[in-house]
Amino acid sequence: MSEPVSALGGAQYAGMVELAEAGPRGMITVRGDLALPALASAVKKITGAAMPARRQASTGAKGAVAWMSPDELLLFVDYAAAAPSVAALEAALAGEFVTIADVSDARAVLTLKGSQACDVLAKICPVDFADLPVGGIRRSRAAQIAAAIWREEQDEYTVICFRSHARYMWDMLSQLARPGGEVGLYR
Amino acid sequence: MLILTCPCCGVSAEETEFSNGGEAHLKRFGPGSSDDDFESYMFNRKNPRGVHFERWRHAYGCGKWFIAARCTVTLEVFATYPAQTTEPPADVVKKIKARRSEWEGFA
Repeated sequence: MSEPVSALGGAQYAGMVELAEAGPRGMITVRGDLALPALASAVKKITGAAMPARRQASTGAKGAVAWMSPDELLLFVDYAAAAPSVAALEAALAGEFVTIADVSDARAVLTLKGSQACDVLAKICPVDFADLPVGGIRRSRAAQIAAAIWREEQDEYTVICFRSHARYMWDMLSQLARPGGEVGLYR
Repeated sequence: MLILTCPCCGVSAEETEFSNGGEAHLKRFGPGSSDDDFESYMFNRKNPRGVHFERWRHAYGCGKWFIAARCTVTLEVFATYPAQTTEPPADVVKKIKARRSEWEGFA
């Protein structure tokens, strides 16, 4: 089997924040009625995580699940586990009105770590990061592109964007994270 | 700059995260309707100075459509509510009346 190739080849940058591309990540989009009990149990089985509350992401032993919209979830699993997970979801939800898609190669995942992480993001996102709790996910805009920002820890953010936008996102974030550009908005 | 609260996902965000969809609560006149009705549906818009109902889409967020009641003069947003309505809900009308007592109501 061919090796997965991520959008930026695992690029890393250390400046105001530690910026890195997370590498190949298994990602599955599920759209449908999030109140379905069969969906909750299938998600639990695949990721080990409970159904997230509105605008939250929850983490389990084998992955994570993020609330993306009132009828959409994004599941994170190991890259190799994505295809079997899609098959398991389709089997568990057969007959229900849901759509399941493996979007592992359609998205890029970047991580930001450091006390300045939300300052860097706040330069390009129209978001008040004081309102984004740990474990929360916020879909918004990063300069000219769509992005989902997941606050995994107090100073750790995961940014998800379209793969075709990965270079733009990377160039922008690494430029904004250059030392000397501290804003100190969130202290 | 408008700050809108999406009723579908609860996020309050500024207008660049949304996209405007024009006047809300239009009644469609399709095949079989009179030419006057169709012309009115197709081309005539209220374009009011004051209270206005607009469709908005949370384009960079949850992707859902909703309706915002706002003032075109002051940009004050009175309320946002789900798009699955054919006229402004009573509580929205009440909120607008409280702020704009001279408003003649939704017509």
